[in-house]
Amino acid sequence: LTGNDFCQLAFDLGYSFFTGVPDSTLAAVFRILENDPRNLYVVSVREDNAVGLAVGAYLGGKRSLVLMQNSGLGYCLTALTSLACLYRIPLVLVIGWRGADATDAPEHRLMGLALPKLLRAIEIPFWVPNQDEVGSALRAASVRSASEEICCALLIRDGVIQ
Amino acid sequence: MTEADAIRMLMESSVDEAVVVANGYLSRHAFQCRDLPSTFYMIGSMGLASSIGLGVALAQPERRVVVVDGDGNLLMSLGALAMIGNRCPANLIHIVIDNEVYASTGGQHSISGTVSMPELALAAGYRTALSVWSETEFGNALNNIRKKDGPSFLQTKVRRGTETAPRVHHEPDRIARLFRHAVVRQPR
Repeated sequence: LTGNDFCQLAFDLGYSFFTGVPDSTLAAVFRILENDPRNLYVVSVREDNAVGLAVGAYLGGKRSLVLMQNSGLGYCLTALTSLACLYRIPLVLVIGWRGADATDAPEHRLMGLALPKLLRAIEIPFWVPNQDEVGSALRAASVRSASEEICCALLIRDGVIQ
Repeated sequence: MTEADAIRMLMESSVDEAVVVANGYLSRHAFQCRDLPSTFYMIGSMGLASSIGLGVALAQPERRVVVVDGDGNLLMSLGALAMIGNRCPANLIHIVIDNEVYASTGGQHSISGTVSMPELALAAGYRTALSVWSETEFGNALNNIRKKDGPSFLQTKVRRGTETAPRVHHEPDRIARLFRHAVVRQPR
């Protein structure tokens, strides 16, 4: 799947507010969003701000999507547990999974291992799609988060979105 | 003027605004003073009221959005000032009720006394920023910034009051639902 395909699908699903902190795994998505003339992507300086911003945009009537690297999940655990999940805000989180295997840089190893466990611990359902499954996973996360009023996550490994 | 006085002045003079109130006593005082569906009581996620307010302001550019922050809240998330300055929403007013303590955890000192908040806000890109020390000044400043394009920043120094207020007793999902319904002019 290309970054453009991913964004088109997100637009088709009704997402009109995008924020987050860049990640190389998601670079192709950020490239499309940054160049979109409608200016739907707002830069956040840290992942907890991104969650706050996305919650605000949802409260203002938008469907919002948050993009981040998994290292940023640590920064936004409180924003997720005591804001987004607590108030039942249906966010979709697209998380670049650094450290998904042991060959990645050392700073990603521990969080790479902990990522699925952390998400399970805070009761956020997640999908780990391969290249062919990204679209269907985004659609599934979108439907489930809206119908159950919960946050859902996609974990994107390196090379999955080109 | 105490925190509770400042909240009262703000809430009683608020017309057709979406208000996002930071956690702790600020939310509790606002709730006690005037419980409106267009008020978002942030009961957790300390530091994020301004990020939430920015999201609302960008999603609803025709609606004036007032963020009611505390000094501890503001200092926890200074990066949000840069985000607000960068997008520069004309409909955003950012108020900091500064009592120089973390009131709801027992009154431990904050470090707001050594920080020039209006300078931070201006450097970050806010259109207007000022600091006031009395009830009269606060009332006048509120009037003025409500007539201007934002983002505007207003710090009001208050003395720590002894008034307590009950916890916000609405369920959080109800707060969100009511707020969204009240604030969104044309729901998707």
